[in-house]
Amino acid sequence: MALNIESIKERIAELRKLEGVGSSSIPAILKSEGFTRRDFLKWAGAMTILLGLPSSFTPLVAEAAEVADRVPVVWLHLAECTGCSESLLRTDAPTIDNLIFNYINLQYHDTIMAAAGWQAETNYEEALQKFKNRFILCVEGGVPTKNNGQFLTIGPHAETGLEKLKRTAAEAAAVISVGTCSSFGGIQAAKPNPTEAKGVGEVLGRTVVNIPGCPPSAKNIVGTIVYYILFGALPPLDNFNRPKWAYGLRIHDLCERRGHFDAGEFVEEFGDQGAQNGFCLYKVGCKGPYTFNNCSRERFNQHTSWPVQAGHGCIGCSEPDFWDTMAPYEEPLAKHQFSSAMADSSADKVGITILTLAGVAVAAHGLISAIKNPKE
Amino acid sequence: MATKRVVIDPITRIEGHLRVEVVLDENNVVKDAYSSATLWRGIEVILKGRDPRDAGFMTQRICGVCTYSHYKAGISAVENALGIEPPLNAKLTRTLLDFALFFHDHIVHFYQLHALDWVDIISALSADPKKASEEAFQYVPTGYNPIATGEDELREVQRRVKKFAEKGDLGPFKNGYYGHPTMKFTPEQNLIALSHYLKTLEMQRIAAQMMAIFGGKNPHPQSLTVGGVTCVMDLQDPARLAEYLTKFKELADYTNRAYYADIVMAASAYKGEPSVTTKNNLGNYLTYKTMQTGPDSWLFDATGYIKNFDLGHYYPLDESKIEEDVTHSWYKDTGFLHPYNGKTIPNYTGYVDGTSINDKGEEVPAKVVNPQGKYSWIKSPRYNKEPMEVGPLACMVVNYAKGNKQVRQVVDSFLAQTGLPPEALFTVLGRTAGRMLQTKVIADYGIVAFNNLVENLKKDQTTVAPYKIDPNKEYKGRFIGDVPRGMLSHWCRIKNGKIENWQAVVPSTWNAGPADGKGKKGPYEANLIGMKIADPSKPLEVIRSIHSYDPCIACAVHVMDVKGKKLGEFRVDPLYGGI
Repeated sequence: MALNIESIKERIAELRKLEGVGSSSIPAILKSEGFTRRDFLKWAGAMTILLGLPSSFTPLVAEAAEVADRVPVVWLHLAECTGCSESLLRTDAPTIDNLIFNYINLQYHDTIMAAAGWQAETNYEEALQKFKNRFILCVEGGVPTKNNGQFLTIGPHAETGLEKLKRTAAEAAAVISVGTCSSFGGIQAAKPNPTEAKGVGEVLGRTVVNIPGCPPSAKNIVGTIVYYILFGALPPLDNFNRPKWAYGLRIHDLCERRGHFDAGEFVEEFGDQGAQNGFCLYKVGCKGPYTFNNCSRERFNQHTSWPVQAGHGCIGCSEPDFWDTMAPYEEPLAKHQFSSAMADSSADKVGITILTLAGVAVAAHGLISAIKNPKE
Repeated sequence: MATKRVVIDPITRIEGHLRVEVVLDENNVVKDAYSSATLWRGIEVILKGRDPRDAGFMTQRICGVCTYSHYKAGISAVENALGIEPPLNAKLTRTLLDFALFFHDHIVHFYQLHALDWVDIISALSADPKKASEEAFQYVPTGYNPIATGEDELREVQRRVKKFAEKGDLGPFKNGYYGHPTMKFTPEQNLIALSHYLKTLEMQRIAAQMMAIFGGKNPHPQSLTVGGVTCVMDLQDPARLAEYLTKFKELADYTNRAYYADIVMAASAYKGEPSVTTKNNLGNYLTYKTMQTGPDSWLFDATGYIKNFDLGHYYPLDESKIEEDVTHSWYKDTGFLHPYNGKTIPNYTGYVDGTSINDKGEEVPAKVVNPQGKYSWIKSPRYNKEPMEVGPLACMVVNYAKGNKQVRQVVDSFLAQTGLPPEALFTVLGRTAGRMLQTKVIADYGIVAFNNLVENLKKDQTTVAPYKIDPNKEYKGRFIGDVPRGMLSHWCRIKNGKIENWQAVVPSTWNAGPADGKGKKGPYEANLIGMKIADPSKPLEVIRSIHSYDPCIACAVHVMDVKGKKLGEFRVDPLYGGI
């Protein structure tokens, strides 16, 4: 990415000229929210590191956050389970994420908004009109497309989700797909995909930022939005349009059980001695080696845990079509030609090759365990 | 004709996509009501042919709000089919995850999803914080002090919200029902509740962490496997156990000092408001035992129902009497069928042209439900051909009728404190109170599950039961149990080592389903009839009533087995064809 501080400064200056949601100064707002300027800069520093930027960018991240309310957000729910919205609700660490969430000027979000029915419709249309070509459209959920999208209608005129997405996206400054469903179609797009559900980018035929994960962490969502505000452009993306700052590393690379993988110490089946010892979960299906995300670094719920810590392998939920390609989730993917190897540098292919060789032996073992349970 | 229709689509502050329509007479009294789910995802179709061990991960994605319920149900249904008895450690750990889920789900429902129907946040700005602070002491249970209602804190809340309101753009709070005639809290009461709205944002993060300790993450925990749980290291770590216990106590404390108190406050302020205190039309309540606390004990041990509001008679459940009907659902007609014999042939007919009163009070064109035809993706489950309400209130009243001592204690003391008769439970307000009472039972008595787990871990480290899947054998099994929105069941069949068929009969299906072939309406629809609406352009009474069920509509729409497309229409195989 082109790290041009001057152009970012210009961008922020332009945003400052735009009408914001509030008239209060940022220091005053921070104070009223119980945050000091120092807290804010600490948050900005953490965010800068998370975004993979040099620390000299910290003041700019802070500035970008200050003008964030100039970029309103419209959040559209399609074929989804609301898990991504719930994930966003958990945001806390850094503590000030919550403040930023408020400051992204959320114009429409049907899980939390006060208005319903016609009142909600009015809010929606007003936001689209008032902030035309300025708002960020966040989409949660896949897009059912079969039979002209009749499997989802929204509003008193029974507009299909497909139509609503298309006309809204046409007026958005940027589109962010929050979660695996809007990124790649998700669970409803798994075979046989009865509603022909698709990801937003595929439906729109344009580049959208994908923040996959089932659900993705709040940090990945908030971080991507801050990035857009900062640079006025989409962040550097991998082959699946995922921001590299969040999805640049495999789960496996920073896994706390990686040492056991290297040492050849595996959980052979759930509940065994290896499980009590915290051995590697590869043989019980961990898809960490094939999955690009920052779970092993950031964990979930204010670093409380993550699936591998809780003794279950990764199921690969931030990869395209993982419901089909990663199944069965509790068996290793031996000899699997994994698509995400293409998503990153060729260096990864070496790792994948080594893993595949190991996988052959694992597969043979898996076959035996499926027939005969060692405990019996 | 003197009737007019009001279409409410989308119903916001819920999970999923729901439309509700009411037909009003000239006095704005609801004459008829229709509940219509507007999304179909087809997850059960997708399950067919998969590895049974994968089912729980996929069913989990039915809902990200009750994010654990369908995971547990999917895993447990397979265990039931395969004849697996998970070790006690696993069962109790699952209960601990349930506690976290119920705490989280219920407080978020009341404060983030439902509160804006009861609490006028604009009115809170004119409250006297000192007066409010003193008033807050009236509502807490004996032995507790209120939380987040000190004068200093209330002043700060007021200042923050005032600043926000002065911006001129309320963002997500725009166009709410402020000043509505059915908003009954005083400014001081609004301020107390508003403070708790903000405090709950903090508390729900703690509840989510509580789940993540043994669940790995939240939403969508990932530590259950067919046969048990995988979090053996966390269970063997005293620090992790202490972390859980601390968070449990924090949530239990909050339940008593805020959630319980605010419901008592609502019961007092809203007792003269007919739209929330008029007795429901439908008086059947159904529940299933849930939350195992020991080798043979459950926190909520009733598995049965009551009829016609009668708390004096408890009837045990007969599973074979559960059926579903699709007369008004977008599936081809099959009559009443048990889930094991269910057929589902999607047949979308859409809405028809009509009119609705809009937010300006004008009658404008809209797409509307055709009551003679099909109008929802949700089926109509029935028990012994009768509609039943499920949910926390059902869990409370049926357990009460059965004589569950802990439920009786909590319910009776609530009724005593509010001066309400037991019949007051059968209302919109009662339904909202029922959810809180269920949370309080967990808060006051749930810890026994934790203690029993710790005791058991001293002598037994087993967390997973061994099993094997015989590809030459056919299996059939189900999970039934109460989850945050009521009685959930998943029914599965396994053949050749793969999932042959799957069906979920979920809580919101029981509550939100359309009328059945005999014209009997489900709870959402039936209980709206007779309600007077103050202002058809702001149908808050309807929205409040629907929210009192805590709708989860993505959960409620399901179907089994698809086979291609023909002339713009799906053809779907019978679920268990020929059986």
